[in-house]
Order: sequence, then structure tokens, then C-alpha cells
Amino acid sequence: MISVENLTKQYGATAVVDGVSMRIERNSITVIVGTSGSGKSTLLRMINRLVEPTRGRVLIDGNDTTGEPAHLLRRRIGYVIQGHGLFPHRTVAENIATVPRLLGWDGARIRARVEELLRVFQLDPDAYAGAFPHQLSGGQQQRVGVARALAAEPAVLLMDEPFGALDPIIRTKAQDDLLDIQRRFCTTIVLVTHDMDEAFRLGHHVAVMSHGRLLQYDRPAVLLTRPADPFVSRMTGASDRAMRLLSLTTAGEAALPGGSNGPAVASSASLREVLSELVWCGAESAAVMDADGTPRGYLTIAAILARGRPN
Amino acid sequence: MALTMPRLRRLDPLGALLTAAGATALMLLPFVILKSNRIVPGDARGLLEVLPAWGAFVCQATLILAAIIAFGVTNARIRLGAALLGVAVVALAVAAAGDALTPPGNKVVRVAPGAAVWVLLLCLGLLATDAITRMRPGPLWRVLFLVGFIAVAGLALAHGTFDHLSVMREYAVNADRFAREARRHLWLALGSLGAAVLVALPIGILCHRVPRLRAGVLGTLNVIQTIPAIALFGILMAPLGALAAAVPLAAALGIRGIGAAPAAVALFLYSLLPIAANTVAGLKRVPQAAVEAARGMGMTNWQILTGIELVLALPVILTGIRIVLVQNIGMVTVAALIGGGGLGTFVFQGIGQTAIDLVLLGAIPIVALAFSAAVVLDALVELMDRARQ
Repeated sequence: MISVENLTKQYGATAVVDGVSMRIERNSITVIVGTSGSGKSTLLRMINRLVEPTRGRVLIDGNDTTGEPAHLLRRRIGYVIQGHGLFPHRTVAENIATVPRLLGWDGARIRARVEELLRVFQLDPDAYAGAFPHQLSGGQQQRVGVARALAAEPAVLLMDEPFGALDPIIRTKAQDDLLDIQRRFCTTIVLVTHDMDEAFRLGHHVAVMSHGRLLQYDRPAVLLTRPADPFVSRMTGASDRAMRLLSLTTAGEAALPGGSNGPAVASSASLREVLSELVWCGAESAAVMDADGTPRGYLTIAAILARGRPN
Repeated sequence: MALTMPRLRRLDPLGALLTAAGATALMLLPFVILKSNRIVPGDARGLLEVLPAWGAFVCQATLILAAIIAFGVTNARIRLGAALLGVAVVALAVAAAGDALTPPGNKVVRVAPGAAVWVLLLCLGLLATDAITRMRPGPLWRVLFLVGFIAVAGLALAHGTFDHLSVMREYAVNADRFAREARRHLWLALGSLGAAVLVALPIGILCHRVPRLRAGVLGTLNVIQTIPAIALFGILMAPLGALAAAVPLAAALGIRGIGAAPAAVALFLYSLLPIAANTVAGLKRVPQAAVEAARGMGMTNWQILTGIELVLALPVILTGIRIVLVQNIGMVTVAALIGGGGLGTFVFQGIGQTAIDLVLLGAIPIVALAFSAAVVLDALVELMDRARQ
């Protein structure tokens, strides 16, 4: 667990980050969202001390992060930036091996880990281990950047607008991959973005920042139904908040016991997708199925719409 | 008209120009100069006067063949072969003329290559350079070309092929001094370069890290660069002389107002700007995201500098070192004026004695050294750049 306590960063008289406190749960994805200049990147960079706080402190699993040299702290924390930052003169394998080498792992362990990560990120080791970054596509470079950050099995992964440079289709794929990775390695991920859709898609918890202050930090549904500040409701988008709310719940979670003759939908689909399907087919209800074809129940349009309102 | 136009268009313009220049030189200019001793003006001799009929025929036939190839053949390898063959034949013809015109045992008579030989060698050299450029050889091939050329020239010199030519006569008289001054020349050029790298690299890194310093520091180095060499030698005489007088240790180390010390210091000062400026430019070209990621992953400043920044900046820094090395090899020549030694000694002695052969004994190796340094370092830069692109 990461505990941010009254964290402040001042440059001269201006506070870029102003007294932020938050507790980031282990094994979850926390997204910090805000406009540019909101201090979200600075907040992230104070966690691995790329920026030293003016006041306040950060505790990881109860230990004050100022207790050790900054570069040793950073080797325990994964870090991914926009535009991947791969070393152009090193191969993909050498890039991924960066932190394990700094930590003095032996060669066999490094090779095994690099190969494992390449497979996890759907890059054939035979084809890509010896390739140079410029020989990869943008999406592949981004994946190598994340693989490199995960190489030394960090418990915490910090990501600063990691998907900002990708085109929309590759970005969606990268977001899906990240959700898989998070489940697979049980990493605590803190991700900074200015894209509210991305925040809602990825975040178990979302923190909204403006002018250096943390306006609200809660589950996405709460941000939609009980915004703490007019700025938060503007950021979350008042015009389509009902649809956003529907997209946060899966069909499996909302399914009612029973069956339906309507179209079959996957239990992993969001209510927003199910509603869209029903509108498209002109049906009143849908049968919810698990991936293996087991019936999970059914959903009606009315039941879905009821879920799109604050309680 | 319609039939002849494409043919005309296929004629090589460079080949035409070189052929015209070479042919004119061969017809109008002396092939060799025969002098009764080293300083009197000599008599001009044509190709036909100095070679036996068959030799002159072979020489002319080869040159005509080279001209035809330069005119009409586009294959770069054939053009290069023709040019190199031409160079060899002209060199051998001059050597043969030297042998033929020197009475046995006579060490006073001088046979020097005439203007026609220099023009021909220039034309053939340009033809060869053009052919090599068209072949686009890799960096290693270019170095191999150079090594091969030096090896052939070295073998010919060692064999004594050119011993009856005037420059080699000067060499025979000055052989001991030549070796010493050549070593001194290289030592001054490389030593000042080495010292400059040790100082300018940290300066460049500092200027990159502290942008406020950049304009001031590089501006100062730039001012040094604009001082003419002779003036800088003069400026350095007073402080170095005073230093030698005040500090006996400095004098014992060979530091004086004149001699090698001011030359080395001046060359060192001239070397600072290109290396420091290129270090700054090279570091600026390093992707910021890579440096940021390196820091975020826990690399120390030293690891980032040596493992990422300097490695990525190396091709640009090496370009600066190449500029300095070629510049230094040339500039050491002037150091001879203040007693600094080096091959320039022969140049200035030759000028003083109006002995052009002695000037050439200094000048030809200087040009060869500078050219070789440029080829080798260019190849190195390209290899580095290719490895990381």
C-alpha cells in the first residue's frame, strides 16, 4: 500500500502540488486524472522521488521512501513514460534487462525473465530479443517499455501518460493488455492521464486533480453519482454520465436470475454494450452467458436503465 | 540529330573536363624539370624526350585508355581501375625519367616532376575519388583502400623506385631529421588533441548540464578560434617565457617562450572549441525520454552519462575530434616558425633556401597524414552511427 501524506511541491511561491493525501490500495489500478498543469505528473514523480517533495512524505508498505537513496528506491518501482523512452542503442532484450542488471541478477535469471516478459507481451523472443527499438512499431515499442518497467518484478508500477502517443485502436489494445498484466502480476499501478475515458476504463480508483489540489478520490461510480466539486462533474462529463455509469458494470454483475429468448451477450460485456446491442436488435431482453456458454441469467432494458441512475 | 543526342548525353562531363585538363597539361607543360643542382631553375623536358620510345608509347596509351574510360564508361569499378593504373604509370614514368636523366654516381643533379605530372596526378586522383564516391563503399572498405594505397606507395619508396627524384634526394640527405620531425609532428598533433579531449569533454558536459554557462564558455572558445595561429604563438611567448623564468621546474620540463611548449598550448586551445561544441551538440541530440526513463529506472547520474548520454553522443563528438585532428596536423606546420619542430621545419627551410624540393619533403607527408586521418575518422564516425541507427 502506498500512503501519500500531505504532499506538497513548491517552485518559488507557486505550489504545483498542494497538500495532497491519499492511500493507494495494493493490487489495484489508481488513475490520477487532471488537465495539464494540474500537478498530476509531479505527484506521480514524487512517489519515486524524481521530484523531491517540499513538504509531506510518501510511505510504501509503511516505510518512508526518503529512508534510502533515490536511485535504489527507483529500482524497486517500475516507471513507464509517454513515448516509451527506450534506449535506441540497446536491443529489446538489453532494454528489458536494464533494472535486473542494475540489481546484479545473474545472466541466466535475466535471460529467463526477458524471455518470459516478451512472451507475456506477445513478442516472439526469437524475432524481437535482438531487434533495436527503431525496428519495432509504435505499439510494440510501448509494450517493450512496459515490459522493461516490470522486469525486476516491482510491486509498484508508475505510468505517466503511457498510452498518450498511440493511435486509438492500438491504445485500446494496450489498455486491455494492461488490465491483463495487472491481474497476472498483482502489481499496484498508479497511472496518470488527462483522458477521462481512459481513467474510467482502467481505474479501480480515480483521483481528480486541479491546480495542485486533489478534488476527489474515489471509485469511478462515486465520481459520477456524487461529484464533490463542479469541476469533477465537468471532468466526468455531465452529458453522458448515465452511459459512463453503465459502462462501469458488467452484464454478469447485473444479471437477474432466469432466462430470455433475446440475443445472447457475454457476461464480461458492460451494460452500456448490452444496451447498445438491445437497441440495435430491437429486443427487450438479453440472455447473459459466460465465456464457456453457461447461462448466467438475463437483463431487460428497464433493469439496465435503472442501473444508469444515481441511487 | 535524334540519333546522336542520346550518345552525347552519355558522355561524362567530369571525364571530359579531366581529359581536357590532362591532355593540355601533357602537351604544353614540362613532364620533368632537370636542374644541375638543388636551387637553380631547371630545364623543362617533355615525356618523349625523357623516356625511350616504347616507354613513352605505353605511358601515352595508358593515359588515352584512361581518358576514353573517363569519357564513356559508367561502371565505377572500371573507372577506378583506370585511374589507379594511370597514377601508377605516371609515377613509374617519372621514376624512370629520374633514373635516365641522372648520370651514374651524380648526387648533385636534380630531376623533379614537372607541372604536367602534378596536373595528371591531380586529374587521375579526382577521377579515382569520383569513382570511389560512386561505388559508395562501406567505412571498412574505404579504410582498406587507404591501407592498400599506403602499402603500395610504401613498398615503392622502400624499394627505391623514386630514389632519383629530387624530393627523395632531399630525403636521403635529411633521413634522420625527417624521422625525428615526423615523430614530433604527430606527437604535437595527437598530444594536443588528447589533452584537449580530456579538458573539452568535461567542459562540453558542463555546458550541456548548465545552459547558463553555454553561451559564455563556447563564446570564449570561439574567440580563441578566431586568433590567427602566428598571433597566438606570439601571445603565448610572453607568459610561457615568464613562467619558465619564474618556475625552474617548468623550465626543466621544457616549457619556454619559444619551441614546442607554445605550439602545444596553442594547438590545445584551438582544439577546445570543436570538441566542446560537438559534445554539447551530441548530448543535445540524445532523446530526452531515454534519459528520463533511465533516471526513473534508478540509474545513477554517472551510469546515465557514461552508459546512455555519451554513447549516444559519440558519433557527433568523434566528428569534432576528426575536425581537430585534421586541423592540428595542418597547423603544426606553422609551429616550425617558433622552433616547435615538426614537418613544417622542412617547409620553412625550403622556402628560405628557395629549394622547392625541400618544401615538398615537408608538405607531401603533411597532406598525406591529414588525408589519412580524415578517412580513418570518417569511417569510425560512420561505423558508430550505423551501429545505433
